[in-house]
Amino acid sequence: MKFKLDKLASNVKAIRQDFPILDREVNGKRLAYLDNAASSQRPVSVINKFNEIYSNNYSNVHRGVHTLSMESTELYENVRKKIANFINVDDQNEIIYTKGTTESINIVARGWAKYNLKKGDKVVLSEVEHHANLVPWFMLRDEIGIIIEFIPVLDDFNLDLDSLEKIIDKKTRLVAVSQISNSLGTIIPLNQIIETAHSNGALVLIDAAQSAPHQKIDVKDLGADFLVFSAHKLLGPNGVGVLWAKMDILEQFKPFIGGGDMISKVTFENATWNEIPYRFEAGTPNITGVIAFGEAIDYLNNNNYVELCQYAHYLSEFARKELSALSYIEILGPSDPSLRSSLFSFDIKGVHPHDVAQILDSAGVAIRAGHHCAQPTLNRFGFSSTARASFYLYNDMNDVEQFIESIDLVEKRFL
Amino acid sequence: MDASLDDLYREIILDHNRNPRNYGALNEGNIVEIEEFNPLCGDKIVLYLQSDKEIIVNVHFTGEGCSISQASASIMTDLMIGKKINEADELLDKFRLYMTDLNNSEPDVNLGDIDAFQGVKKFPARVKCAGLAWNSLGKALQELNS
Repeated sequence: MKFKLDKLASNVKAIRQDFPILDREVNGKRLAYLDNAASSQRPVSVINKFNEIYSNNYSNVHRGVHTLSMESTELYENVRKKIANFINVDDQNEIIYTKGTTESINIVARGWAKYNLKKGDKVVLSEVEHHANLVPWFMLRDEIGIIIEFIPVLDDFNLDLDSLEKIIDKKTRLVAVSQISNSLGTIIPLNQIIETAHSNGALVLIDAAQSAPHQKIDVKDLGADFLVFSAHKLLGPNGVGVLWAKMDILEQFKPFIGGGDMISKVTFENATWNEIPYRFEAGTPNITGVIAFGEAIDYLNNNNYVELCQYAHYLSEFARKELSALSYIEILGPSDPSLRSSLFSFDIKGVHPHDVAQILDSAGVAIRAGHHCAQPTLNRFGFSSTARASFYLYNDMNDVEQFIESIDLVEKRFL
Repeated sequence: MDASLDDLYREIILDHNRNPRNYGALNEGNIVEIEEFNPLCGDKIVLYLQSDKEIIVNVHFTGEGCSISQASASIMTDLMIGKKINEADELLDKFRLYMTDLNNSEPDVNLGDIDAFQGVKKFPARVKCAGLAWNSLGKALQELNS
């Protein structure tokens, strides 16, 4: 174990060189970036890809017969295969490019559920979901009268799996849950949820926004029907996301956004749809963003990201243990490290999380403070906001030490 | 200690945060009640403004928030008690001018302890925190004026 940690620490030391932003100072201090669950940073290969494409290949895709358009199209389409491999999908046409996880879920709600679910049908969510996996379903409920029910979260921050049989029933058409809670850090045991859903004839949507950066995603192994995630949390550009669904399900979708590139034929009266996936990608897409996302996937694969993320988890748990020894700090989330991701929410008694984040910022430490777009989850545990530290594959022990020292500054000023 | 942080967290702000004045609901007399949220952080304030004709008799608040928003609510309520409604309107305008004009370092004398928020202006993300209670005051005054 010790040997492995030393090896991982030295790997992290090497890859930090690839992230220019980690060299900058914040308020005169070394930057300790611990807001990775909100958005990660990018390696130089991803950053340079934009320059390279705009300098050499850029044009619109799927439209021109000229060389630049063909080159752009090829670079852009090649990433579909990379993403398919990344989540173990055979048919790359099942990969839909979106703006991000939020848009992906909205497309499922507006493009699939709206036409395939009817009044009284049930959509089951969990009590640890991000607003992105709540609000689209509320909007659909108000429009077509679906019923929303929640898998409860217990006082130990794990989902109440004993309630599954009661909540997921024959009326349930979709179960939409995250793989990792962004506010609590809880890893959701999906197997039992998916099994119960499928045995009742319901489909399953996995929100992998927090899990895809840290672990190998295998949709076949999971048995998921829809899976969504964002590029910007795994070293890719912001404004790029993925919606994956099985082809027979994608065929049940109606296009959510109409316009150029998504049609087969348009007359003054009507239009017919282009093939899948283009049917769902109207308008000029985020061409450079998608191509640069391909670069991010290469970077993750070439650097054995799953192993590096084990080190991020080690750091997160180390920091959590240090903080939990302080009487004035309460930490949310399961106590068992194997049930937690590489993030933790915490509360310093008597100090508002914004004040905590402000003091930490003065020490160069970037953390998130607020409701993490999970207001109902935090309210369930009696908080309106918390501070959150989240770790990724370029974090090192210096970040942890700087973080813990900066907590002392909060104590000195406020307690 | 960090100089700009010392400026942000001036002693007067920390004091009002620790011991907020006029905290608690009001439910007697002619009360206007305004609930205001900061969607960024989930903070909430409920303002209770009790008036008698043209005079603000009492102002209280409840809710939760960071030290800046709590201190701002505490100082604002202190300042408003006993003021005429048109005076409160004027003070609100002056506060907004003071918080948004980076060159205007001296607040109007009638704004009392508000110069404690001078340091907040250097942290644009926190100006909203200072403004939450004042926004609820603005809504309460609007209701009284309409």
